[in-house]
Amino acid sequence: MGIYREITWNSLWKQNPGLVQLLGMCPLLAMSNSIVNAAGLGLATVFVMGMSNYAVALLRSFIPYEIRIPVFILIIAALVTVVDFAMNAWLHDLYLVLGIFIPLIVTNCIVLARVEAFAAKNAAVASLLDGAMMGLGLTMVLVTLGAIREFIGQGTLFSGIDMIFPAAKPLQVMSADYPGFLVAILPPGAFFVLGLLIAGRNWIEARAARRAAAKRGAQPAAATA
Amino acid sequence: MSDENLGAPAPRPPSVIRISSSTAVVLLLFTLAFTALMAATYQFTKDKIEANALEAKMELIGTVLPPSLYDNDLLKDSIELPPTPALGTDAPSHVYRARKDGEPAALVLEAVAPDGYSGRIELLIAVKADGRIAAVRVTSHHETPGLGDYIDPKKDKNKAKPWITQFDNVGFDEVKPEEFRVRKDGGKFDAHAGATISARAVTNAVRRALKFAVDNRERLFDEHHEQHEEHEGKEH
Repeated sequence: MGIYREITWNSLWKQNPGLVQLLGMCPLLAMSNSIVNAAGLGLATVFVMGMSNYAVALLRSFIPYEIRIPVFILIIAALVTVVDFAMNAWLHDLYLVLGIFIPLIVTNCIVLARVEAFAAKNAAVASLLDGAMMGLGLTMVLVTLGAIREFIGQGTLFSGIDMIFPAAKPLQVMSADYPGFLVAILPPGAFFVLGLLIAGRNWIEARAARRAAAKRGAQPAAATA
Repeated sequence: MSDENLGAPAPRPPSVIRISSSTAVVLLLFTLAFTALMAATYQFTKDKIEANALEAKMELIGTVLPPSLYDNDLLKDSIELPPTPALGTDAPSHVYRARKDGEPAALVLEAVAPDGYSGRIELLIAVKADGRIAAVRVTSHHETPGLGDYIDPKKDKNKAKPWITQFDNVGFDEVKPEEFRVRKDGGKFDAHAGATISARAVTNAVRRALKFAVDNRERLFDEHHEQHEEHEGKEH
């Protein structure tokens, strides 16, 4: 497996930040009450993680080991601020929707975790990919979480999409008089659903491991036969 | 770098002071470089961001007051009020004065309902010169999604007649101040069952703001653009 494929697979499944590393839980749990919120935060995270990983990987030979953490935080915060300004100026409509998420990302420890664990030791392009893919892995979990919580809690999907695409309409999945299930929208719902997602991922992994073991067990037997 | 007093012959690792000062310099350089980057971006985007903010402000005002009702530049014809208990504000707020052909047409006030279910609910209220409300909009809130957030028409499931439009064209001549409450409190305004707190907070804030606007109408319209002192106390 090539290094880029390995990075991608690692980020999206093996070391998924939302389901395995369990890093960056605060924005994950706070913003995953609808698909649009979740996707907005997720995409902003992809962008910031890719960029900060790339910048740190380029500058890593100038950063003394002893002060790497403050320098990393400085770089991440400065880049986020630049993105915040630039989006506010030139992508104002998108900024109105995603703007509140951008400062939140600085506090997301997954960004610092990838900079420290990957970008500080690897080449620039690989780091860029690692950051973006880790962000994407988080986005996948966020959107799944958002979809389930929104569906159970409000009986809709894509509510608020008209803030991004004025022509688009949210999907009313349940009947219009669906009373809603408040727990799913409130923070406890995020814990419940995330717990189920983690359990689901572990179940798939365990099943795959069992099958692999069975295969290994069967193969020598077949060879001797 | 090696300590001469000890006279150690072998080359010694660099002293703590040496390491500290060199890393400090590196950190300082990084800080300077990235601060410069941020400052440059700020300078470069400042005008555009300000223009966007003004445009957004006008758009927001447009949601409570149709542009056909006035012909002056609202952003220029505004005064700043000090924190006013009647408006629920604890920081200076703006009042925009709409005029048509030089005659008072409407006041656009910023008000706050401090007692929402999850903290402050910020409102924009336009009161026409005849003492009736043109419209009310929630500009910022933290009410529970799917429960109390129907106070924001964008989140209200009733798209044809969002809850907040109940206040449109209402004045104290039609709804007496003591009836300007949600039904649960003996008033005239509906609230969704099980989510009265958000509606009650907004309704009470609108009543207080409307009273403030009606009581201080002349003063608010006449006050000169620059001066903004002694606003409190006189009302009620």
